[in-house]
Amino acid sequence: MDPVVGIDRAFWYILVVSAIFLTGITLVMIYFVVRYRRSRHPQPADIRGNWQLEVLWTVIPTVIALSMFAVGWKSYTGLRAVPAGAVQIEVLAQMFSWIFVYANDKESENLLVVPEHTPIKLNINSLDVIHSFSLPAFRVKADAVKGLPTYVWFQSGDPGEFDIMCAEYCGIGHSKMLAKLKVVPRGEYDAWLEREEQ
Amino acid sequence: MATTPSFFETPAPAGLTGIKAWLLTHDHKRLGLMYLWAVLFWFALALVIGLLLRLELMTMGRTIMSAGVYNSAFTLHGVIMIFLFVIPGIPAIFGNFFLPIQLGTDDVFFPRLNLLSWYLYILGGLLAIVSLFTAGGFPDTGWTFYVPFSIGTKHNVPMTVFAAFILGMSSMLTGLNFITTVHRKRSPNMGWMQIPLFTWSLYATAWVQVLATPVISITLLLVIAERLLNIGLFDPGRGGDPILYQHLFWMYSHPAVYVMILPGMGVVSEIIPTFSRKAIFGYKAIVFSSMGIAIAGSLVWAHHMYTSGMSDTAIFVFSLLTFLVAIPTAVKVFSWVSTLYKASIEMSPPLLYALIFIYLFSVGGLTGLVLGAAGPDIHVHDTHFVVAHFHFTMFGGTGFAFFAALHFWWPKMFGIMYNFRRAYIAATLTTVGFLFHYVPMFILGMMGMPRRSYDYLPQFAQGNALATVGGILLFTGIALMLVNLLLSFRSRIAAPANPWGGCTLEWTVPSPPPLHNFLRQPDIQDYPYDFTEILRKS
Repeated sequence: MDPVVGIDRAFWYILVVSAIFLTGITLVMIYFVVRYRRSRHPQPADIRGNWQLEVLWTVIPTVIALSMFAVGWKSYTGLRAVPAGAVQIEVLAQMFSWIFVYANDKESENLLVVPEHTPIKLNINSLDVIHSFSLPAFRVKADAVKGLPTYVWFQSGDPGEFDIMCAEYCGIGHSKMLAKLKVVPRGEYDAWLEREEQ
Repeated sequence: MATTPSFFETPAPAGLTGIKAWLLTHDHKRLGLMYLWAVLFWFALALVIGLLLRLELMTMGRTIMSAGVYNSAFTLHGVIMIFLFVIPGIPAIFGNFFLPIQLGTDDVFFPRLNLLSWYLYILGGLLAIVSLFTAGGFPDTGWTFYVPFSIGTKHNVPMTVFAAFILGMSSMLTGLNFITTVHRKRSPNMGWMQIPLFTWSLYATAWVQVLATPVISITLLLVIAERLLNIGLFDPGRGGDPILYQHLFWMYSHPAVYVMILPGMGVVSEIIPTFSRKAIFGYKAIVFSSMGIAIAGSLVWAHHMYTSGMSDTAIFVFSLLTFLVAIPTAVKVFSWVSTLYKASIEMSPPLLYALIFIYLFSVGGLTGLVLGAAGPDIHVHDTHFVVAHFHFTMFGGTGFAFFAALHFWWPKMFGIMYNFRRAYIAATLTTVGFLFHYVPMFILGMMGMPRRSYDYLPQFAQGNALATVGGILLFTGIALMLVNLLLSFRSRIAAPANPWGGCTLEWTVPSPPPLHNFLRQPDIQDYPYDFTEILRKS
């Protein structure tokens, strides 16, 4: 399964269950406030607790929370398991740009070109402070820390252009530390790799 | 009933007059008020900075300030809001004023330390101001002071970090005072299960303050040492580890978010039963959930670090623990809502704020589940989704609880009542503004807009413009709320001793209370939220 699908499913599972909870709590709260207003209900009942109810509303949320943890964790493992045969590209972050180094030592700045429908593994490192490689279209993000190599991978789909941003605040040019991901057909990618100029 | 002179008319120690009666006081109530004015000053300042940040983001490119100013401004906004408003706010003001009264005693255990902690608070604030104008200006690091950036930047990081260190000392002393007061000065007739929930929440908070604050204090000193002595502990260029800093930072700063929210939960746990005239549902569950949050909340810090490069095992463990900490919070929300069942509810500004708190805080808590889940967090980590999430908890939560507390205890602290109509209008305006301000940020975050960004891509323009409109409404609402409270000093409508029909001890003493709080040893109810007596009298 494409990790993007896994992440999105986990995301929406948690969000929808939460929205149901929130709506329920809010409606019940408003209903009680209107229904039991003092002018209509001057004599309150003396209820101090109900242990069965309290056990129930501890156990059920625990089960739901654990299920959320499980889907969240499972979707995360998808981000970590790189399929064999992925195209490997080195990513170097610096104040304030992204440098991409390909297998044949070709370098490009702020432009990442990858072939379509291929697993891509990006090996990330930083040359100075902490940056964070963020590619929201493919749901991946990893901090670039000097001396601590890390990676992300994604399955490139149809050709297209996507935004790459720096997500970890890194100084005056942080918001301008942008790059483009270009997914292109295989032939175009091979030609681009061999081209000298950038 | 013969009127007893209030603490306003009786200096402590006796013999002090004029301004000295305030600046040298040992009276917990005067100190509470001194904190009130200082905290409100900082809150107003950081609010204005927040509005300016929002105006800058209204349109793409430069709107009103440069990137450098923007970076220092969001750091200043964060530092002030966290260290000078949200952490000390409720405990230092309302805790100091009401914890001893709720316990049936005349003061905190260490009144002089209490005064010292106020001076440390003021000193920390002054240092933050001084660092604005000296040696490179206010830091541009964000309130998190992440290394190695905070080591390399030319801005005045050491002084600001030292200011945070001093403020930490202040909050530790307050915590120490609360723990000792609860143990040693509580009315002899009051058992543990007779302590009001606000005081319980302060007790849980105080433990976290005393145990976790030293971690950040040491870490901040290490940052200073790193900058001044180049020891290379966190600098990867010298073999240091930046991730170590993040662990140390969050080891305090995550428990600190429970320091921020627990007192707010305590406030709501007082207000809901009072205006319901009904026992709080599940008193013991709320007490234990406070302690549960304090303990479990201290073990989840690295959920701020899923993208940092730490091991997958660590992510597994911290994600699991994070979901467990959600349970005691859910229990509290269910208890509050159930308290309203078959109650006799009177709407009032404090109750309205408390109900809005429950809604906004629930949104904040539930979106926290998305962030606690390993996979989904990777997508929205360090985006505006996180900004919206923590503003829902810290502002919609603690902020609204603070507003609720102001309206709840204002008549007790000053003996005067404010205008209700304006208070309702302000609350509505603030809430509508709040939602328009922060809901777009959730969407911007899901689209991938990074936080702490001076500028943004065209696809984020619409959401940012909408958020700014919301921000202006929000600002107007809060301004109206504060003006309304201040206007009560002009109209001076006297408030009775028990305007709301509350049954904790602060409502049994005059408004404002006399110097020693109680004229005789107070009677302690077997159960702190027993409204039979109140109902009989009404």
